Amino acid sequence: MSIPEVEDVLATAAAWRAAGEQVAVATVTETWGSSPRPAGSQMAVTKSGRMAGSVSGGCIEGAVADAAMQTIATGSPQLLDFGVSHERAWEVGLACGGKVKVFVEKLS
Amino acid sequence: MTPDILAALEQAKRDKRPVVLATRLPSGEQRLLPDPEAPADLNEAAARALDRDESGTVKLGETDWFLHAYNPPLRLIVVGAVHIAQALVPFAVPCGFSVTVVDPRRSFASDERFPGVSISTEWPDEALEKFAPDSRTAVVTLTHDPKLDDPALDRALKSQAFYIGALGSRRTHAARLKRLRDLGHQDNALSRIRGPVGLNIEAVTAPEIALSIIAEIVAVRRNAPLPPKATP
Repeated sequence: MSIPEVEDVLATAAAWRAAGEQVAVATVTETWGSSPRPAGSQMAVTKSGRMAGSVSGGCIEGAVADAAMQTIATGSPQLLDFGVSHERAWEVGLACGGKVKVFVEKLS
Repeated sequence: MTPDILAALEQAKRDKRPVVLATRLPSGEQRLLPDPEAPADLNEAAARALDRDESGTVKLGETDWFLHAYNPPLRLIVVGAVHIAQALVPFAVPCGFSVTVVDPRRSFASDERFPGVSISTEWPDEALEKFAPDSRTAVVTLTHDPKLDDPALDRALKSQAFYIGALGSRRTHAARLKRLRDLGHQDNALSRIRGPVGLNIEAVTAPEIALSIIAEIVAVRRNAPLPPKATP
């Protein structure tokens, strides 16, 4: 029986990059209230549509993946702000009532 | 993230060296800390993040820095290569523990029973001497055999291990505490031992007991309020 490893999203992202994929990594940098994932939680996204990890309980991953695609295309990092007062977050629905900031960067 | 930073970070993880990846927000410039050439306040903030094992954003002067703490894995030393240990390892590894199983009985501590797991067949006191449990280490004894468990608990009590658990019924545990008292351990020190080991979830099977043990280790690590163990 093989033992599941501790999840290392950055290592997964690095492996995808090494295999020739274009990859962006999103990292939770700040949280307020009842955000489900702590600062440091990560999600990796490739241009080809692969995803690993998470930055919330599932509520903002879609929006973060969209932003990651932009960052892959432009090469510019983004600092995303999701919260109940934020139009986009309302739209994607942070059901937990928390707020999070997510930094998205490309692996160059 | 540049390839250089990524490579340095991956190397630090392989070397089990605690580092912080500092990212200036929102521009995204990055550096790895500690770094003698970095500003003192940034190095100090990084040291605090590692100490608390918490990533987060700090404001230094006019600049926001996201400090991502990368500590080496927590360690779990399991004394007794028994059935419950086999069930415990697959829970502990994804929870972030680097696991070593200690058992001088080679028929128990075999690669076949623990594929891919670090095994020590030294006597538990010697093994614990060598591993030197620190404040990021948990020690669990599972052999039920005082010859093996007691020396391990004796050493664990003299260490900074954040969690010490011992398998055995309340009656077994009371007898164990008496023996450790005879070795010179005071009651306040003995209260560090969680026995019977594990959260009380009425666990019966080996995986259930393993689940109760890892849950208790996580609870202690995260400072969850725990009811005191019932006294015998």
